[in-house]
Amino acid sequence: MDNIVYLIFRRMRRPLITLTVIYAVSILGLVLIPGQDANGNLWRMDFFHAIYFTSFMATTIGFGEIPFEFSDAQRLWVTISMYAGVIGWLYAIGTILTLVQDKTFQQSIAENRLAKRIRQMREPFYLICGYGETGSELVRGLTDVGQHVVVIEAEEQRSNQIKIDNLRDYVPILQGDARSPMHMRHAGLEHPLCKAVVAVTNSNEANLKIAITSKLLHPDIKVICRADSHDIEDNMASFGTDYIIDPYDSFATSLATAFQVPGLYLMQRWLYSGNRDSKLDDPIYPPIHSHWVICGYGRFGKAVYERLKRENIEIIVIEARPELTGEPHEGIVLGPGTEAKTLLEANIETACGLIAGTDNDVNNLSIVVTAKSLNPDLFTIVRQNYSDNIDIIKAVKADMVMHPSKIIADKIRVLLGTPMLYEFMSLAFYQDNDWACELVSRISGLVGNHVPRIEEVTIDSWHAEAVTNILNSGGQVLLGDLLRDPWDRERNLKCIVLMMETFNDKLLLPDGSVEVSNGDRLLVCTGRVGLTRFYWNLQHENILGYVRTGQVHHHGWLWNLLTRKPKR
Amino acid sequence: MNPEKVVFGFFIVLSLTLNFGFFVGEMDNPDHHHVYELFAVVIVNLIATLLKFGDRSQVGAVLLATSLVAMLQLIAATLVWTISVHVTEIGLTPVVISSIVSLSGGAMLANVISVILLIIETVMMRR
Repeated sequence: MDNIVYLIFRRMRRPLITLTVIYAVSILGLVLIPGQDANGNLWRMDFFHAIYFTSFMATTIGFGEIPFEFSDAQRLWVTISMYAGVIGWLYAIGTILTLVQDKTFQQSIAENRLAKRIRQMREPFYLICGYGETGSELVRGLTDVGQHVVVIEAEEQRSNQIKIDNLRDYVPILQGDARSPMHMRHAGLEHPLCKAVVAVTNSNEANLKIAITSKLLHPDIKVICRADSHDIEDNMASFGTDYIIDPYDSFATSLATAFQVPGLYLMQRWLYSGNRDSKLDDPIYPPIHSHWVICGYGRFGKAVYERLKRENIEIIVIEARPELTGEPHEGIVLGPGTEAKTLLEANIETACGLIAGTDNDVNNLSIVVTAKSLNPDLFTIVRQNYSDNIDIIKAVKADMVMHPSKIIADKIRVLLGTPMLYEFMSLAFYQDNDWACELVSRISGLVGNHVPRIEEVTIDSWHAEAVTNILNSGGQVLLGDLLRDPWDRERNLKCIVLMMETFNDKLLLPDGSVEVSNGDRLLVCTGRVGLTRFYWNLQHENILGYVRTGQVHHHGWLWNLLTRKPKR
Repeated sequence: MNPEKVVFGFFIVLSLTLNFGFFVGEMDNPDHHHVYELFAVVIVNLIATLLKFGDRSQVGAVLLATSLVAMLQLIAATLVWTISVHVTEIGLTPVVISSIVSLSGGAMLANVISVILLIIETVMMRR
């Protein structure tokens, strides 16, 4: 607010002084110039009447010549001062109007309004820096599940985009450079309810600066950064950045998972997909019976190459400009992958898989189409660089699509919304494929072909009042009881507890005989209705009593009154 | 030399000197306090106030505050004058003129503070 007042004062100084001078001169003139009263006597206007007259003259309201008719000298003076007054007013009003249209002024008003709104936030929110491909994907994902978000974006075009994006929640967007600590503060970095900062701008340096600023100004905040280069990653880690996400490494890791434990890969895809309307993916089994061809040896190509080499898969790389990207030790074919000739040189006919990983969507599509015409049985992975191209990418029916922005957005959404799921997945990597396949079939039995809902539940008096009441009065509650259907306790709820975090242990897929205690956290995977009923069990004493013991108690006031035995 | 500072200093000092000019003389004698002088004091003070607008420094804020006090006092003085002469037609009795003069004396005090602040700021400024 201060800013605006000062801006107005500064700008209005000159016009106001001009007006004052014009008024002063015309008033003084009227007082000095002699006139006549009704009887023809010499009469001078006093200051009171001069001010009164000037006030309505300068604004050209014009009540006439008051209190006596003017002499010619007075009329001459009034004519001059009338024009001067009008010009003075025009100048003043013009300045105000220019000020209102001024870009700096409007921006400072918008910023003030925004800062006020952010200050008044009463629910936890996340601060997201950068509204590009990743940022917008992430904001949509978070607002869809009812989380609050504040965005900083430097480019006006992109920050205007948010108004058209039709998000579920109002998302305050501050237009400014996130590298400036002042903008970060305005966007609520120091707000006690700001839970995490996510740096997903397209510049590594900016992300680094954001990480540093956030850790210095609000040390206990969670900071998640995107980084493409290993140097920057190390630098970020040294500042205590909580999670650093490299899209290429992430994809290479999950690709390796798909090779080693396809079941686990599928499970991760299912659990991480946030969009509730989407259908579940089908399982995929990347073949490894002969060699793979990678087109493009940039950051993505390199990450995948390293990872596949570790799986002992033979690889041939196709790269048009190895002098820019560097080249692997062996197995490189020079030339663009879009031509059949180059692909044939890389023995595409006998290859079992192809990765189109250049940074150009059109080239990638062309590579896949050409390669498929040479070898229809090829397993293809295509890299998608822009979200807009989703339709054409879908149309080539590649077996896997790698969209860096989506990978990062999904991962960050999980880290922010259900961090336990992230832990669960990292523990699950130590399990074997059979374990994963069994879980996958249990989940699909639960949810049909819809995306499962993942929820974190804490056993405390707010989220599970009925349970804590029993625990506090010395009773014990078994996890298995909580998973019974409140309509019929012999049936089980459509609900799997993926992980249970007690104060000193983490149990993967705990069985029903585990006792629940205060402060435990459960990671629950449910279908559409399972979660609501699960919450009934947690919150409602009568229902909890029924699922534990099978007996129905009546605790209502009216019911107690009716069933009370009459006193004798 | 900064012309803006010259104008600024000029108006602040002028508002004090004019104010003093109006203030001196016998307290209850209307002949010693002319209406033109009061008019000049009001206008110059108004301009000085406007000149102080939009300065974000601490000294700037205090300067603006003193000017606002002076304006308040002077406007009260002119209102007393106008009401006694034109509205109630009591005329400039010794009671009225002494209250006008004492109000302008208060304004002068504010102007003195203003000038002192200006001097302090100038002295503090090192080259």
